[in-house]
Amino acid sequence: MALGSEAQGRRGTERPQLLLLRPPLSVLHEALSARFQLLRPWESPLPFDRFLAAHAAGVRALLVTGLASVDGPLLDALPALRFIVTTSSGVNHIDLAECARRGIAVANAGTIFSLDVADYAVGLLIDVLRRVSASDRYVRRGLWPRAGDYPLGSKLGSKRVGIVGLGSIGSEIAKRLEAFGCSISYFSRSRKPQVPYTYFPSVGDLAAESDVLVLSCALTEETYHIINRDVMSALGKDGIIINVGRGALVDEAELVKHLMQREIGGAGLDVFEHEPAVPEELFCMDNVVLSAHFSVETLEMSTELCQLVIANLNAFFSNRPLLTPVSARTRSYYS
Amino acid sequence: MESLGVLLTARIDPYLEAELDRRFKLFRLWELPPAQRREFLRENAEAIRAVVGSPALGADAEMIDLLPRLEIVANFGVGLDKVDLRRCRDRGVRVVYTPDVVTDDTADLAIGLAIAAMRRICDSDRYLRDGSWKGKGDYKLTSKFSGKTVGILGLGRIGQAVAKRAEGFGCPICYCSRSEKRHTNYKYYPSVLELAANCQVLVVACPLTEETHHIINREVIDALGPNGVLVNVGRGPHVDECELVSALLDGQLGAAGLDVFEHEPHVPEQLFGLDNVVLVPHIGTDTLETSKAMADLILENLEAHVSNRPLLTPAF
Repeated sequence: MALGSEAQGRRGTERPQLLLLRPPLSVLHEALSARFQLLRPWESPLPFDRFLAAHAAGVRALLVTGLASVDGPLLDALPALRFIVTTSSGVNHIDLAECARRGIAVANAGTIFSLDVADYAVGLLIDVLRRVSASDRYVRRGLWPRAGDYPLGSKLGSKRVGIVGLGSIGSEIAKRLEAFGCSISYFSRSRKPQVPYTYFPSVGDLAAESDVLVLSCALTEETYHIINRDVMSALGKDGIIINVGRGALVDEAELVKHLMQREIGGAGLDVFEHEPAVPEELFCMDNVVLSAHFSVETLEMSTELCQLVIANLNAFFSNRPLLTPVSARTRSYYS
Repeated sequence: MESLGVLLTARIDPYLEAELDRRFKLFRLWELPPAQRREFLRENAEAIRAVVGSPALGADAEMIDLLPRLEIVANFGVGLDKVDLRRCRDRGVRVVYTPDVVTDDTADLAIGLAIAAMRRICDSDRYLRDGSWKGKGDYKLTSKFSGKTVGILGLGRIGQAVAKRAEGFGCPICYCSRSEKRHTNYKYYPSVLELAANCQVLVVACPLTEETHHIINREVIDALGPNGVLVNVGRGPHVDECELVSALLDGQLGAAGLDVFEHEPHVPEQLFGLDNVVLVPHIGTDTLETSKAMADLILENLEAHVSNRPLLTPAF
């Protein structure tokens, strides 16, 4: 069957087969269609499992978009799979151990998002401290002439910023915030002697000496709920949390409770534990800025991402080294 | 010696008001309806020797003329456009203001407005609060901030602080100023039109004077163009607001982050439905820390004045 599929693929077109799980961004979709024979299960009347059995037995490459999960059962259904490329930098949605066991290489988006995510983190922090979104809402409701000046915010300069995860993104955030007069400290899996920032060996210690925590580390078993009740208490009632990592880095229920009880100063959240669900208690808070996992969504990024995905696929299909392989070393970018 | 009579024009800051009341003899102008203010000033003209003004209500020629014993005007802010400086000079009235302490907050907000406008932070927040989460395929991609050329109109304290922050994002910096600043490495353009044509994010950070009134006109806005971003942390009248609104509605200007407007607190309602503008109510220096620093500076200047010590921050 597999041979039959491959032969059919070769007869029909020279382009290699690529399995998609979800419709990608249109610019990526177009670029891929021109180069690969795309398998699009969502267009088929067959249920997903039967589609894979019928059409994907010989497929060697898989594109993962939108953080779709790749687990053992999916890999079981793709016996010929040898390469997975994801459009994200984070890889917590892919069972890497299973991939390694089956000899499946994985590539991610490397560090192409780092600048955009760093910009967004800074934007969220300024927004929370200076009430940009909240006072923008105030103006659009016509309240400025009626209710007077908006209440005061808090100055960014001199704030002690603790960065959780000083990888590519964390480093870019640090560089930016230094120019605003913030002092930078960090927690990471290991101390980085080449950086000028103060290292703390635990997130709790970091929180105790910070006014702001910025989360820019990978989600792993170790970092799940790394921002828990104790860390929030250490951060204190004026503390701010900015999360551009993964929702599950934070015990979200605890965060909501702390915010409601004013035991934390505010938060800027681009990610949530159960996206697209967002705790509704946050909707009435002016010291919180919410965004829909948006920190990478720039026009410039989408072009670079296309190029990177295609370059990785081309490298795989021509037996050349991948550009952004995920390995143990890659994971250390983030923690 | 009689206590210094201080006229506070607007309810600027509770701490400032309480301290003025404690240290001096305070007259609260805003407590009078506008129609009765002239009379109030006449009645208290003998006592009022100082005016503390704000960006909303300063010390214009008429007020100065109604106060024959006026010795000093203290401006809560660094922009002096609401103080008739010529009249003060003619009358020998001293003027103090609050430079430096406002620099960081204003520059922070300028960058915050640029990122918020280009990356649609407020729009995304608004969308989530409305209860919907846009599918990733549906959302319009936003515009990257890092690496974009930032053009600064006015390279004074605030302009230089904006430049320093933008450089942290890898943004090349250019500027237009009354004169070239040789101590910087930034590219200088002698006209705001050339500046707009050569940058992607234009930040207004110069004083408002007769020369800079409507300096951001339609020609400049068009030069900035459909991918350009205008950030105004100066004064509303720096920008021809009608032309700005029309350009934004037509898509002739990419985005705008606005802290100031021509007729505050009124903001053109045609902007309320746009997702590529950020509209904030003149909050450039509105932090607890900076408001206190500004108030303390005003108080120290007034104390210096009454004790015949040198003023800390004279405007001239």
